[in-house]
Amino acid sequence: MATLEIRDLHVTVEADNATKEILKGVDLTVKQGETHAIMGPNGSGKSTLAYSIAGHPKYTITRGTVTLDGEDVLEMSVDERARAGMFLAMQYPVEVPGVSVSNFLRTSATAMRGEAPKLRTWVKEVKTAMEDLQMDPAFAERNVNEGFSGGEKKRHEILQLELLKPKIAILDETDSGLDVDALRQVSEGVNRVHASGEVGTLLITHYTRILRYIKPDFVHVFANGRIAESGGAELADKLEAEGYEAYTKGGASA
Amino acid sequence: MAEAQNIPVGSTTAGSIAVAAESTVATRMSAPPSFDVADFPVPHGREEEWRFTPLERLRGLHDGTAKADGTLKAEIDAPDGVTVEAVTRDDARVGKAGTPVDRIAAQAFSSFEKATVVSVPKEQVLTEPVRVTLHGEGGTTFGHTVFDVGAFAEAVIIIDHTGDGVRAANVDFLVGDGAKLTVVSVQDWDDTAVHVSQHNALVGRDASFKSVVVTFGGDVVRLHPRVNYAGPGGEAELFGLYFTDAGQHQEHRLLVDHGVPHCKSNVAYKGALQGDNAHAVWIGDVLIEAAAEGTDTYEMNRNLVLTDGARVDSVPNLEIETGEIVGAGHASATGRFDDEQLFYLMSRGIPQIEARRLVVRGFFAELIQQIGVPDIEERLMAKIEAELEASV
Repeated sequence: MATLEIRDLHVTVEADNATKEILKGVDLTVKQGETHAIMGPNGSGKSTLAYSIAGHPKYTITRGTVTLDGEDVLEMSVDERARAGMFLAMQYPVEVPGVSVSNFLRTSATAMRGEAPKLRTWVKEVKTAMEDLQMDPAFAERNVNEGFSGGEKKRHEILQLELLKPKIAILDETDSGLDVDALRQVSEGVNRVHASGEVGTLLITHYTRILRYIKPDFVHVFANGRIAESGGAELADKLEAEGYEAYTKGGASA
Repeated sequence: MAEAQNIPVGSTTAGSIAVAAESTVATRMSAPPSFDVADFPVPHGREEEWRFTPLERLRGLHDGTAKADGTLKAEIDAPDGVTVEAVTRDDARVGKAGTPVDRIAAQAFSSFEKATVVSVPKEQVLTEPVRVTLHGEGGTTFGHTVFDVGAFAEAVIIIDHTGDGVRAANVDFLVGDGAKLTVVSVQDWDDTAVHVSQHNALVGRDASFKSVVVTFGGDVVRLHPRVNYAGPGGEAELFGLYFTDAGQHQEHRLLVDHGVPHCKSNVAYKGALQGDNAHAVWIGDVLIEAAAEGTDTYEMNRNLVLTDGARVDSVPNLEIETGEIVGAGHASATGRFDDEQLFYLMSRGIPQIEARRLVVRGFFAELIQQIGVPDIEERLMAKIEAELEASV
């Protein structure tokens, strides 16, 4: 069973000619089949956690380890991490002009699977996944994220999640900016992948709204660069009622 | 195109729309057009038409010191009905499409021995392309070629440049009334070659001319495709793509001169650059003269900078002497393949090299799909693929 282990993770970022520590010792274990929700106020470092695990060059790991089934993730290049089974659904997916969605998906699937998927089964696979997410087939011929609405971008991220079948999926504020219909469709996609039992999910969110559709096994409150409290689904109810105030008081919440 | 906002350090994308009583497109050249090299002063490099060009790498083409001491192997594969002649410079067809506008074009005209005239008879519709293969075998050569396509004829001409050498030439396209001509000129030189050439197209009444310029090789390549219209109803489409590697200078200077009414032109050039001192220059001049009512023109240049150290100069100029036109516009943008795009693609398991190739392939495919000649589109995609294999 695939396990992602994060131990004492410290991460800095360069901003305005100064080095700022964003993550201050994160400990977390995510196993295949589990769903973890990470909740926290803006600026608490949730997204930094997601991007540093994926290997974004902006972030510097100064201490700690991240392993996937004992393999050192931090030693891997960004594409190696993906091929090892890590997936990051981004909050702000990037536009790639000139590259169509269908070309992108096939190139990605080829890299992930080590060989080009057979055309006939692949076309069917993509078609089914797009129908499940209520995406127009014409979508496949558009350039990656170019001119996509917020909802289209997020559906496209979840489409990739369904097609690439990672071991560990990190969803960075996938719910932000979605209307209720889009939120439901995106959540159903996440739940379909979860139902396979093959994926461990790290759901990063600011709001409890998405937890009406996706049931977490564990909820962690993130504040001031580390996990401040962990619990079961009931912790989300407490946050819904009381907000993050208890965790940000006295801490640097900026 | 979202990347349009990203202007890499050291690049310029200046543009201007001038509405003038006198042509600045014409007057900013340092001398009027002439067939005689003596009519042009030796450039010093600060002239408008030379300011982007590294004169010291032109091997003396610009100052009279280059001597015709080289060999260029020319093969012309002409389908039935097409004639190929060698003529002297007093042949009426030589120079009819246009006059040299700078010293090197005039030097080429003054220095060539025999001009080659390739003729497609009127009303003949070719089913096979005319293939011209020019392979440089070192040294300096001067040339002049005329493609004379008769009224209502249809032809595709493919010109391939390979090998090493220093080449200065004029290439004329006489497109007869109602004729359709597509020309593909591929500059796939060794990275030591120098190539300076003026292309003159004279587009007949209701004729259409399509030019596809593809520049990959060479140390210095400086091409000057120019279009004039002999009668109303003419259409010109000028497509170009270039892939400028470290140390290469690739310059495309276009002029579309709308001197008669109801003609169309569409210019679209795209270039990718990578490596230290890769330098691409694109000058797009469109002149709409007072008589040219009903003109419809658009010109576009896009550049994709893949690494630091590359430089783009992109200068569109549109000069309008009559307001009675259908449309006139231009666009220029230089974008960078940035770390965020690379991160996004790599985070989907795509290795760095493949990510770059994916982006470049997509960038050029958008242009190639506009060409509208399936054979040529396939051939160019294969060429791009080979260039990507070799250099990215």
